[in-house]
Amino acid sequence: MVARVQLPREAKSGEVIEIRIAIQHPMETGFRYDLAGKAIPKNVINTLACRYNGTEIFRAELGSGIAANPYLQFYTLAEASGEIEFSWVDDAGQRGSERASIVVVG
Amino acid sequence: MRTPARRRFMSALAGIAAVPLLPVRVALAQADPFAPLVQQITGGAPVKGGRVTIDTPRLADNGHSVPLKVSVQSPMTAADHVRSITLLSEKNPRPVVATFHLGPQSGRAAVATRVRLNGTQRLLAVAQLSDGSFWSGSAEVEVTESACLDAS
Repeated sequence: MVARVQLPREAKSGEVIEIRIAIQHPMETGFRYDLAGKAIPKNVINTLACRYNGTEIFRAELGSGIAANPYLQFYTLAEASGEIEFSWVDDAGQRGSERASIVVVG
Repeated sequence: MRTPARRRFMSALAGIAAVPLLPVRVALAQADPFAPLVQQITGGAPVKGGRVTIDTPRLADNGHSVPLKVSVQSPMTAADHVRSITLLSEKNPRPVVATFHLGPQSGRAAVATRVRLNGTQRLLAVAQLSDGSFWSGSAEVEVTESACLDAS
């Protein structure tokens, strides 16, 4: 699964930073049919977690009401330089992860 | 030729027709479609209106992807912060759209995403604060082309 994480490269200590993630995923609702008339099984990213240097800072439980190629934007306090890591899992049990690093000054 | 007698008869008829309709209208207005879901989230705790805002276009052309931002008025300190935000839809076949878990490290209680909406409807966001209280806010969205979530 392809994903893109966007966050400022550098931040001041204690600053509120914006984090954005977009994941390529069909977020199949389970209400659609293929050309043969067979129901396409529901397959959505049901859980997504974000860790900042190992500590969970954000978690989302998603459903079929989230648009295809889910996009999320939220905030966090920049505390220390390090890694921001996302991990998620879909209904088919497929896992994905993506990381980005940040430098905190001051 | 309309005589006064006929007029009296017609107005009496209209009166009879209107009377039984009134209580039904009131009952419909009181039935909140979100009530059972909110009950599940809060476990019966009271929900206060306010502090929660849903920012979304009043008119969404495409129900398959509607940009939306939920924010909660909160200082986001260790003593007073938002624990979670649940987003509910009135008309989607699965009404619980998403749940976001936040904490004091969030700095700002706001989450933006894109949602699917099955038609013109009202959205409700319920936020749980660190003191255990619940707050809610809603938004009306008019959807021109609904996400065909139902098998049709």
